[in-house]
Amino acid sequence: MLNRTADNVARATPEPLAKKIRGISDKGLAWLFISPTILLLLAINIFPLFWAIYLSFTNYRANRPNEVVKNLGLANYQRILGDHDIWIAMQTTAHFVFWTILLQTVIGFTLAWLIDRKFRGHAFWTTIILVPMMLSPAVVGNFWRFLYEPQIGLFSYVISFVTGIPPTNVQMLSSVELAPWAIIIVDTWMWTPYVMLICLAGLRSIPEYIYEAAEVDRASNWRQFWSITLPMALPFIMLAVLFRGIENFKMFDMVNLLTGGGPGSTTEVASITLKRQAFESWRTGYSSAFAIILFVAVFGLANIYVKALNKVKQR
Amino acid sequence: MSLTTAHSVVAPSSNAKLIAGTIIVAYALISIVPLLWIFATSFKTPPDSIAYPPKIVFQPSIEGYCNLFTTRTRQTPEYINSLGPATGFCDETVRKRNMVIAGPSNFLPRFVNSLIIAFGSTFCAVFLGTLSAYGFSRFKVPLADDLLFFILSTRFMPPIAVAIPIYLMYRELGLSDTALGMILLYTAVNVSLAVWLLKGFIDEIPREYEEAAMIDGYTRLQAFWRTVLPQATTGIAATAIFCLIFAWNEYAFAALLTSGTAQTAPPFIPTIIGEGGQDWPAVAAGTTIFLVPILVFTILLRKQLLRGITFGAVRK
Repeated sequence: MLNRTADNVARATPEPLAKKIRGISDKGLAWLFISPTILLLLAINIFPLFWAIYLSFTNYRANRPNEVVKNLGLANYQRILGDHDIWIAMQTTAHFVFWTILLQTVIGFTLAWLIDRKFRGHAFWTTIILVPMMLSPAVVGNFWRFLYEPQIGLFSYVISFVTGIPPTNVQMLSSVELAPWAIIIVDTWMWTPYVMLICLAGLRSIPEYIYEAAEVDRASNWRQFWSITLPMALPFIMLAVLFRGIENFKMFDMVNLLTGGGPGSTTEVASITLKRQAFESWRTGYSSAFAIILFVAVFGLANIYVKALNKVKQR
Repeated sequence: MSLTTAHSVVAPSSNAKLIAGTIIVAYALISIVPLLWIFATSFKTPPDSIAYPPKIVFQPSIEGYCNLFTTRTRQTPEYINSLGPATGFCDETVRKRNMVIAGPSNFLPRFVNSLIIAFGSTFCAVFLGTLSAYGFSRFKVPLADDLLFFILSTRFMPPIAVAIPIYLMYRELGLSDTALGMILLYTAVNVSLAVWLLKGFIDEIPREYEEAAMIDGYTRLQAFWRTVLPQATTGIAATAIFCLIFAWNEYAFAALLTSGTAQTAPPFIPTIIGEGGQDWPAVAAGTTIFLVPILVFTILLRKQLLRGITFGAVRK
């Protein structure tokens, strides 16, 4: 009965239209759905990437578009790998990535472990702690410049109040020794909640019966922490380290606004060097080569790391 | 993966809870101080904002907000006296500093740019992301894993590295410093995240619903529209928030690819200067206005946000 009605309706529909609607096969629909995304990524991500690869073999300069472009072969790459300043920038980046990750992991894991004690009101305070990571690193980072101002800045004032150093001497952003730490402090303030959140997910994925079994065996709290909590949360901690590592390797916003790479070039991380070469010196070919090297480095390191992570997960 | 139900610890003692609670509250309070300071500074007068020692108690003023929305010129007292009575509070405050309001500042257009670009790119990213996620979730796509990895790998590139060829390409196409160019770029960056998040959500919706709908005579497209989309609303909303936060907060591309008509608020706010340096109350006022939407989002939608962040982490 119902079938017949449907058939009649189907027959009543003009043939070409019915074909048009029903004619889309699942395969056709799949491509119809996926291809816009792929096309967009090809146009905005992949095509520019190949263009950058092409430019990296030339002496092209974006501010002189009419000049004859010369093919340099691998000369740009050779120059970068032999460039002392580039290696200094890589060291600065490594120093920044190492310390931010160390601080964020230690503090983030500790916070997650404490929140997991389930004291009253822990949900509310967790939300408060999360706020900094939702905000714009550029806009908030810019305001930290004010907090770091000697004498009138709140941060400098608190430091001088606590340590007794004269307030005009707390020069967080203009001192060669302190400027890298000024950036590390802001990054840690901002992104510790992110690490905390992932660690919290890890801690809560540990099944309760394991702890119950440990209680039965009279394992001490200390013992439980080292042989249950930490190993079982380790894949999550490593994941947080991976995400923060990739992000901080690319770090640009905060450094550009806080110090702009200064004083001198003490805080010039790789992205700042790249910006200076590409958009201030306009050495487009040279900076493209550097961009490719950075991309390959992040990609390679991340892949090695993911392999290690999978090993830890399988244990 | 629920954040509220599991218990990984066997009944912590009340002492342990007290210590844990105290440390967490202390950390939360200290970490929130810079934000409170931004808020407080936005209501200070310029002299109060740079007082030593920093002022915690002060006479609130909206001068920072006045300065944020206007441009001012310095005039002689005689000229100011020759003007008619001040219109409104801002006019009066500005005249006390021997200045007159010359016109509106660029903050409002930059803020509107931020709104247009953030919402436009979020809509596009979620739209494209939903379609692709459905495609990857329900159909056998050749090389699906490779394509998915390709989509994700586009996030490994440092933004400055991407910006160089994009800058050249946009210059050729006439897209530099246009809202359309920025929307396209942010959509491309966000769509990778959107596909990954949404595929997870759509995978969870049983196929039986669509199959039932198709037996009832719906086409695949109608089944998608009538049964899958309504079920995926939560996932789509959560994804949209993530895309929106990224596009709203983005700085590197905006600073390098926009300079005037399409400039967004993040590269604009650091350039707000007064006489003799940065006008910190105005900067704080701009920062406050810029942060409020995200703060409200974070507090209202914290459950979805938490789920999205940890979900992304757990799946990969």
